[in-house]
Amino acid sequence: MTDATTNTNVQAGAPDQEAGFGDYFALLKPRVMTLVVFTALVGLLAAPVPVHPMIGFAALLFIAVGGGASGALNMWWDADIDKVMRRTKGRPIPAGRVTPDEAKALGLTLSVFAVVMLGLASNLVAAGLLAFTIFFYVVIYTMWLKRWTPQNIVIGGAAGAFPPMIGWAVATGGISVESVLMFCITFLWTPPHFWALALFMKSDYDDAGVPMLTVTHGRRATRFQILAYTVLLAVFTVAIGFTAIGGPVYLAVAVVLNALFLKGAWTIWRRDDAACDADSHAVERRFFKLSLIYLFLHFGAILAEAGIDRLGLSLGGWG
Amino acid sequence: MNLQPTHELHKRRFGRNLGLGLVLGAFIFVIFGLTVVKVTRGDFERAVQGRTAAETQHLPKGSE
Repeated sequence: MTDATTNTNVQAGAPDQEAGFGDYFALLKPRVMTLVVFTALVGLLAAPVPVHPMIGFAALLFIAVGGGASGALNMWWDADIDKVMRRTKGRPIPAGRVTPDEAKALGLTLSVFAVVMLGLASNLVAAGLLAFTIFFYVVIYTMWLKRWTPQNIVIGGAAGAFPPMIGWAVATGGISVESVLMFCITFLWTPPHFWALALFMKSDYDDAGVPMLTVTHGRRATRFQILAYTVLLAVFTVAIGFTAIGGPVYLAVAVVLNALFLKGAWTIWRRDDAACDADSHAVERRFFKLSLIYLFLHFGAILAEAGIDRLGLSLGGWG
Repeated sequence: MNLQPTHELHKRRFGRNLGLGLVLGAFIFVIFGLTVVKVTRGDFERAVQGRTAAETQHLPKGSE
């Protein structure tokens, strides 16, 4: 073997810098993966069928790998807009550390790997749901909706909402009303979460030509949509407190969090761009951070209710 | 020119190779753990017999 063949920098299409292990890991969007793993874990543990810890651990691992694979495919397809946006220009592909083809190969390989392994570790329903999630995120959201319609986030949010359903399917081998309710929490939460981000990222989506609501309908309309979806989300998440996956702990958490979230959405709706520029979008940034806590605590409360049920401490007749 | 054990490429890619090695090692452990669990629970026997876990639980003792 010669030096020429071992030096990747002289090959056509090679990256500008040598990629480290961390760069390939970054392609899997580890922060998004945290959400995927946590919500899938809640779906798994909230299910009425106990799962062996080893099988549960392996299933979560393969769900995380599948989620990461779809992240890599998203970065491969969106490399052109990632290098335009401030928020994403430091990602491995636009930064020149990983080539788009490498990201595509990694994404495709890990997608197949994750689906097959989840099927072997648990069941075909869970594997099928994971395959559909990857397909939905990569093809429906990334390739189709994202650059076509301002409803991209609304419909595309479904991709991030599937993990608790997959976790539930790992345990039960099927889909039920409870798992669909958990799906709906993340689905309804996604629009206000991302539109708040779009408000304080200002021209990022405009520069990249992505038809976010802020670009196509203006910032005023986006503020109204945030409020509308937050009201819908609040009604829905509080109502879940009276279902089988809810309970007094969940209800208390949901009431407090939704009061805070509604207050944030109301404040955002009443503001104008001059007020936003004056405080560097402090309210929108706070709302965005709150939205992350909001989702984690809602699923945390569902997990707590499942734990209370397992310990036999639940209030009789609730749910 | 042959690669030497201390070739510059080895140093440059040490982190990447170490990371990949650890991931593969961890994967082997996961597969091993899954196999142990599935064998001890009798998943493979049921699969060969074409029965589900629920069906097995309803069979009288000694009929498996």
